Amino acid sequence: MAEIRLHNLAHSYSGTPKAPEDYAIREMNHIWQQGGAYALLGPSGCGKSTLLNIISGLLSPSQGEVQFDGKAVNRLSPQERNIAQVFQFPVVYDTMTVFDNLAFPLRNQGMDEARVMSKVHEIAEVLELHPLLHKKARNLTADEKQKVSMGRGLVRDDVSAILFDEPLTVIDPHLKWKLRRKLKQIHEQFNITMVYVTHDQLEASTFADKIAVMYGGQIVQFGTPRELFERPGHTFVGYFIGSPGMNLIDVQRCEGGVRFADTVLPLPDALNQRLAELDGKRLQVGIRPEFVHVWDGAYEDALCARVLHVEDLGTYKILTFDLDGQVLKARLQEDQLVPREQVYLSFPAQWLMLYADDYLVEVAP
Amino acid sequence: MKVQNNKAWWLVLPVFLLVAFSAIVPMMTVVNYSVQDIFDPATRYFVGVDWYRQVLQDPRLHDSLLRQFIFSACVLLIEIPLGIAIALCMPTRGRWASLCLILMAIPLLIPWNVVGTIWQIFGRADIGLMGWALNSLGISYNYAANTMDAWVTVLIMDVWHWTSLVALLCYSGLRAIPDVYYQAARIDRASNWAVFRHIQLPKLKSVLLIAVMLRFMDSFMIYTEPFVLTGGGPGNATTFLSQTLTQMAVGQFDLGPAAAFSLVYFLIILLVSWLFYTAMTHDDKNR
Repeated sequence: MAEIRLHNLAHSYSGTPKAPEDYAIREMNHIWQQGGAYALLGPSGCGKSTLLNIISGLLSPSQGEVQFDGKAVNRLSPQERNIAQVFQFPVVYDTMTVFDNLAFPLRNQGMDEARVMSKVHEIAEVLELHPLLHKKARNLTADEKQKVSMGRGLVRDDVSAILFDEPLTVIDPHLKWKLRRKLKQIHEQFNITMVYVTHDQLEASTFADKIAVMYGGQIVQFGTPRELFERPGHTFVGYFIGSPGMNLIDVQRCEGGVRFADTVLPLPDALNQRLAELDGKRLQVGIRPEFVHVWDGAYEDALCARVLHVEDLGTYKILTFDLDGQVLKARLQEDQLVPREQVYLSFPAQWLMLYADDYLVEVAP
Repeated sequence: MKVQNNKAWWLVLPVFLLVAFSAIVPMMTVVNYSVQDIFDPATRYFVGVDWYRQVLQDPRLHDSLLRQFIFSACVLLIEIPLGIAIALCMPTRGRWASLCLILMAIPLLIPWNVVGTIWQIFGRADIGLMGWALNSLGISYNYAANTMDAWVTVLIMDVWHWTSLVALLCYSGLRAIPDVYYQAARIDRASNWAVFRHIQLPKLKSVLLIAVMLRFMDSFMIYTEPFVLTGGGPGNATTFLSQTLTQMAVGQFDLGPAAAFSLVYFLIILLVSWLFYTAMTHDDKNR
């Protein structure tokens, strides 16, 4: 049970890092609060697993501190940090039975057999491993093995935190959902800090209260799934979360707003005031396809675009259109009229985000 | 429609011919000798199992069989644990790893009779470094006269010659264990012993099976090194089965008993190897 704080943490696999690109983890400060259910979301190779291994102590960072409840633990081994970690691929002790596998971490800390027995049965119950308890672990299927690996992490309820490194990769899709629910239940029951690494936004948002999105060795945004969706703090978050991702358009500053080609997008005054400070930076506006307003017919104040194609995804349709040379997408509801060649649309000001050098331009409320 | 005939047997023929000439024909020759008393190609008598009976009752063979079992048991008991221990201590990467691998491979490259000669000279009290050093330390050592000294020397020689094989096999087995197992063990707070007992040893099982079989078979057939080192002496103290057999077949030219003995010898090796194999793979089939 602990609050995990990363203080000026950075890590490089090369001995003599020079450019920022040499870092797997770029300098960061971050806090995982005690008892939270967190997801660490990002594409392959963004440093998620590295960060996880640094927290658990399997890897020692090139700079900065990992603190548990305010105490630096850099010098402590994973054993001493008392932390549980579940890996991407199942790790079981082949020669032991499932029971002994689950009991292994408990016995290693010298717990008496009676308590071991009750703990193992408790966790076997939760993970539905009871029928397998006396089977040798080597004869299990991949997803049974992964359940055992998870069980070994969950069986210790005194741990500082449990870290999951894409634990459901090898699990059958129909079981994934079930196991995620189980993890959530266990989290509610035991109130342990959990950090869940994944590259799947759905997995992240069903498991976690708050998601940290990682990109290029940095945490680019930390927030609730809703915040990530509605106000992406970084263009990568906009692109990575949501399906399809956010529409992003390169723009230039102009009188009263921004423009691309011949199209002018007016911006609210507060943003316009900030534009002056952003000279020389790359400006982009972003809007989620869900928030693009598509009018049923011609409308005077709307922008006129050329329809490229429409994809029917069952409950909704994705409209791809060309607006002044930019290919953008909008989401149409099932009952909405499907435009043919031309479409009239507008970008509601509250959903139009402005990005400077990939970061969201915030305005004081 | 499916044609049913026996043409497929032709496909087996090449293998059958190969095996016939490499194994069946030579072995049947030995079987042939073992049931006949042959004076010359024209004068021979069928004697049934007489030679087998005689061989199995020969006290000389009982003695060397017992010696042979003790020797092979000692070899396995020393070389297998020692080989595992060395493999665990070897560096995993970098220049030192390559250097270690080369050093470990050197004994394996030396011909058997050279190994015998090396130790024969090494152990001599007058000009051998080990023999001279031991004697000047006040330890009386003479492998040519003292039974115990001869035994220990033969055993150490075999350990020196073949432990590398076990170590190299185990080393390759250890390198094949994914890192994540060690990481998981650290997370589970496993002691070093538990890591060895529950991760390394189980993962080494298949290479250990090979190592045990090879070392058993080889040590059970040992001939050249003790022949060069001690000539089987002092007395018969280091006369192992193959040397007894050679004396019988080539020395006395008792081809009948020697053939019977060869087959018994072969069956013993086959039986013990099968026992090792069954015992070590028994666990896999359970549950």
